[in-house]
Amino acid sequence: MAELKEELKGKIIEVLNLEDIAVADINDSDPLFGEGLGLDSIDALELIVLMDKEYGIKLSDPKQGKTIFQSIESMAAYIAENRTK
Amino acid sequence: MMVSYINKYCVVAKERVVVDAEEQFTSKDDSFSAFVKEAFKQRNSSYPKFFKMDSLSKLGMLAAEYTLAEESTDDLALVLVNKFGSLDTDVKHQESIQDGDHFFPSPATFVYTLANICAGEISIRHQLQTENIFFVADQFPVKVVSAYADYLLASGKAKRVLCGWIDFFQEKYEAVLYIVSPEGEKQHTEENIASLFRTLED
Repeated sequence: MAELKEELKGKIIEVLNLEDIAVADINDSDPLFGEGLGLDSIDALELIVLMDKEYGIKLSDPKQGKTIFQSIESMAAYIAENRTK
Repeated sequence: MMVSYINKYCVVAKERVVVDAEEQFTSKDDSFSAFVKEAFKQRNSSYPKFFKMDSLSKLGMLAAEYTLAEESTDDLALVLVNKFGSLDTDVKHQESIQDGDHFFPSPATFVYTLANICAGEISIRHQLQTENIFFVADQFPVKVVSAYADYLLASGKAKRVLCGWIDFFQEKYEAVLYIVSPEGEKQHTEENIASLFRTLED
């Protein structure tokens, strides 16, 4: 799980073009939206694409996103349980 | 007839940023992404959203950042033009949907598939709630842009107008921005506008 979390942080930084943010700057429990990484609605859509492209997970219910994308911890847990690749 | 003036101008091309004939930034790195990042950071501009923009918006933001430094943006309108529209980003988006088996369009790319998003990004950054327009034309239409800027000033729709050319396609880029105002020294004439564009050839 620790490895998946690190991988996820790297992918998020790359896909969302987070300038001046390193993997080490993101804590597993930091909120991704709002006060944490300050992501916006377009970033949320990019995360949905990332889940599909990298892990074969299709999120059909947008309401799920709020819980899954709460933090790296919640994202990694969901991926570990539902990944198809 | 409206008499107006060019207050300030900025040219971004060939890894250089020039403001009012003075070089403000130059880079030895010939990749656009490295150049624009470095030049933007030099202004001490803390604006994380900049790094998420497409190349056209980054170019426009960079030119606006240097042009509007220490300038009032009160009732400042925007009149922008380019040749390639958002084609550079359109191509990237098209590539992401080319293969049906790997169909992953990027929302962050898709939102930039319109040239006037560049005007929107500049407006958000400088809190402009004014008139804005983005024309697409083969060459900078001096008569149209100068008449439009003068109309905005004469009608009271704007106190000043940021005009210019912001063009990007496949690593080739040029930007010329200038502020048109009812007050100043250098007259807003077709010849004076043309002279700003000649600096692109330097």
